[in-house]
Order: sequence, then structure tokens, then C-alpha cells
Amino acid sequence: MSLDNDDVRQIAHLARLAVDDQRLPEHASNLSAILEFVEAMSAVDTSNVDPLAHPLEMRQRLRADEVSEDNQRELFQGIAPAVEDGLYLVPRVIE
Amino acid sequence: MEWETVIGLEIHAQLATRSKIFSGASTAYGAEPNTQACAVDLGLPGVLPVLNAEAVNMAIRFGLATGCSIAPHSVFARKNYFYPDLPKGYQISQYELPVVHEGEVIIELDDGETMRVGVTRAHLEEDAGKSLHEGFEGVTGIDLNRAGTPLLEIVSEPDLRSAKQAVAYMKKIHSLVRYLEICDGNMQEGSFRCDANVSMRPKGQEKFGTRAEIKNLNSFRFVEKAINYEIERQIDLLESGGTVVQETRLYDSVKGETRSMRTKEEANDYRYFPDPDLLPLEITSEEVEQIRATLPELPDAKKERFMADYGLSAYDAGVLTASRDQADFFEAVVQAADGEAKLAANWVMGDFSGALNRDGREIGDSPVSPEMLGGMLKRISDNTISGKIAKDVFEAMWNGEGDADAVIEARGLKQVTDSGAIEAMIDEVIAANPGQLEQYRAGKDKLLGFFVGQVMKASKGKANPAQVNELLKKKLSG
Repeated sequence: MSLDNDDVRQIAHLARLAVDDQRLPEHASNLSAILEFVEAMSAVDTSNVDPLAHPLEMRQRLRADEVSEDNQRELFQGIAPAVEDGLYLVPRVIE
Repeated sequence: MEWETVIGLEIHAQLATRSKIFSGASTAYGAEPNTQACAVDLGLPGVLPVLNAEAVNMAIRFGLATGCSIAPHSVFARKNYFYPDLPKGYQISQYELPVVHEGEVIIELDDGETMRVGVTRAHLEEDAGKSLHEGFEGVTGIDLNRAGTPLLEIVSEPDLRSAKQAVAYMKKIHSLVRYLEICDGNMQEGSFRCDANVSMRPKGQEKFGTRAEIKNLNSFRFVEKAINYEIERQIDLLESGGTVVQETRLYDSVKGETRSMRTKEEANDYRYFPDPDLLPLEITSEEVEQIRATLPELPDAKKERFMADYGLSAYDAGVLTASRDQADFFEAVVQAADGEAKLAANWVMGDFSGALNRDGREIGDSPVSPEMLGGMLKRISDNTISGKIAKDVFEAMWNGEGDADAVIEARGLKQVTDSGAIEAMIDEVIAANPGQLEQYRAGKDKLLGFFVGQVMKASKGKANPAQVNELLKKKLSG
């Protein structure tokens, strides 16, 4: 599978990355090379292999349903660019 | 052309845990903004999610109640998108391997018919925060208290064929999650909401039409109205030669219409992948059986039992078991009323429910306890008061005048059952209405009601109506 410039533009947009138009061909070629590398695995018969969700073969540890966190709003909001009445402020989101 | 509507619902039920799904922050509703958003909820670097055991238990309870399979092995995935109320840039959800899958519920329709609706899956995920647009100029305020609240997303099969069916299904799930005590079901606070996928196809065609998804419907009434609007919109579009666009739409409850939500042409591309921060969730059959043993009696079983044990009609049993609180209240009333089930059913569904609605109260804070209502019903069945007087006694109890016996005593409402006293009143009424008496004797039977009314009035409602009827008939026929 190989990617073209439009694919790269789309991927960059979804990841909110700014990509210079001039470098699109280079990225397309590099990303395509990665996909080709991964595609080599298609040659292996995996019909008897369970999909791997995590490299560690362990089960998820669970925690008891207890409130253990105190309010640290002042601390967290200290690094926020803009806050008002306890809310984080962001550029207007229009639906 | 005749069209068939195809509807599937995605219901989001906030799970009633104390803490969040992946952090120890509180989930209590209504706190000051961002006071319950900890480092994990904010997606700060270096934090790790740890799954809440109770959220998993609740998902299993739901799965067992709907005949679903509980996955021995399920996986959490990242659903990637950018929105300010989602600080991490992804929502932790489940994609390919949900915790619960393939079950069903039976819903009851208005005409009494029942219908099976498939549950495709139910998966665990975290809720996002809230965006507040009001009161800000050019900016949006973000409250992340809700971020990380556990949700169970319940996805139905596209089995529903009308807005009414969709509402009946949603009510059934609502009743179930409350019976199971896994969700408070509060729709105003957003604890229980749904997205509706609606499409049309020519009747008889197997292939589905293109669907539109109506987001965030938070009342049963809105679900019905939004779906009906959408059905009409799509039929108009299709019949005028247009096509339905696959898109997300919002329901505007003020205008009563749905409108397109995103104008950008980009299709949703969430790039799901397994979350490396979370190991697969393993559930053993022993754990499932332990949970199964703790399940309460569910609405369908309770309804059957009410019909069998109390001799109630399917309709009455259905209404009384719609909520667990109401079913429990009813049973406590029956017990206090020495088994007068039919009378108890009528009062619980009638005057009692009416009073709750009128005052906007929940069963839990009713001023009349089951013992008080049952005690009053005993006074009806032992003829101390008539059903009519009981309405006054009930109001008095509701207004805090004490239990039935105290009200009857204080207001002198004890029914007159002394037949001598009733006969005296009847004689007076007959003597005062010679014209009606003549007509009655000439064959105008309907006048019996008039005489009964006059006697009851003369007794200030306290005469036993059955006795009045019997004695009147005798006296009138001479």
C-alpha cells in the first residue's frame, strides 16, 4: 500500500500537524516505506494466532471504587493559559 | 412508494460509581467546575489509567440482565479526535472486543403486543467534559468534572421500525438500569441519553438506506419527536428525487427539527487502536456467576409474579413494575392492607401517583408511607369508610394530618353502616321527591342514581354506598 500527497495531508490534519506542502512527497514516500515494511507480515499465516492487544500477557488490575483524589484545581489551573470562574477558557467552539 | 423506517439506538448510561472509570476523582453531580478533575482526567503527562472494578461489575450486571455474553477477554481502545472537552485527544472506549455482546430485551407496545429487540453490544468508555458557550465572548468555558465518568454505551440492533418502538425500547433499558442500580437514570442531568440512527428503505427491500445519526437526545419525548421529524425529512428528500447524506444531526427542541451538525466534509476517522496503557480485561466465569447471584428480580419476572400472585391484569402489572421503587411501594402497601392487592394497585396507580405528579415528588419522599396507605385501604375493606371518603382521608394524610385512623377519628368520617339510620335518611329523601318516585315506579330505572346521590348527600358521604343501594331499591319498589 502506498500513500499519496492527499493521504498525507489528511493524516496530518487528523493529527493536527502542520506539514509543509513541499515536503508532502517526502513524507508520502517515507510513510509508504513503513507500510510496506509492515506488509511483509501479511506473508505469514496468522490464522491460528490470537490478535495481540498488549505485549504483556497479564490481566488488567482493577481498583476499588473509592474516591481518592482531592480537589487540586488551583494547582492544575496555574499552568492554564486562561481560566475564569473555575473554567478553562479555549477559543470559541462552534457547533 | 411505501417506506419502512429502520432505527437503531445507542444509549449512554452513566454508571453510578462513586469514582471515575480510570481515576479516583469523585463523580458526584453538581460540584464547582473542575474541582473533580484530577491529573488522570486532565490527561497530564506521566499518568496512568487504572480501571474501576465497580464499573466492570455494573457492565456485567447489565449484560446478564439482557441475556448477553460476557466477554472473557475484552480490550480498551483509543478513539482519537480533537475537541476541547476531551483533554487527552482521545477517548478510552472499547471497539473490537466489548465487555458485553449479543443479547436482547422484550418490549411491550401500546397495543399490548410484545417485540424482541436485539442488543448488539454494550461497552465501557469514559465520558467527556462539558463545553459552556453561554456568557462568554469569543471563548468557550470548559468544565472537566464529567471527564472520565464511566459510561456504558448500549447499542441496539436496527430492529426498531417506528419512533414509538424506539421510545418503548429506551424506556425498557431505562427501567432495567434502574432495577440493576447501575445508573440513576436522571435524564435532566444527562445520566441517561441516546443517539438515534434513522434510515428509510422501500418496503420489502432488504438493503438498508443511508442513515442519519441524531445526537444527544435526553428525554423520551425528544426521542419520539426527533425521530418523527427525521422520518418525514428523509421521505420528503427521497420522494423529491434527493438522497440522504450520512451525517450527524442535532435535534433543536425549540424549533422541533433536526439540523446538520458538522458542515465540514471530513468523515469521522477515529483511528481506533488498543490503548497501550491498559491491559486486556479478563473476566472469569466464576466472577460472572458471583455477580449473577446478586441480581435482583427484574421487571419481566416481577410482572409475571404480580399477575400470578396478586391476580393483576397484564397492564396493571406492567405499570406497577415499570420502576423498582413503585413495585416495592406497591408490595409494601399490599402487605399493610392484609393482601388487598387490586385495591392497592388502583390506589398506587391512581390517587397516589397523581399526588406525586402534582407535587413533583419521587416515591422516596412521599409524605404517605406504604403503611399509611395500606392502613387506609384496610378501613375501606372493613367498611369503616367508603372509597369516596377515602379520597379525603388520603389528601389529609398527604397533608400531614396523621394516619388514616387518626384522620377518620379527628374528622368524624366513620361510615354510617347502621341500617336504621340509613333507612331514616332514605325515607326523608323519598318523601322530599314524590315526582321522581312516581317516575321511577313508572319504569324510569335510571332515577336510582339520583336517589343514591341524594341519600349520600344527606349523609355527607358517610353512608355505606352498597347498603344505600340495596335499601333504596327495596324502598323505591314499595
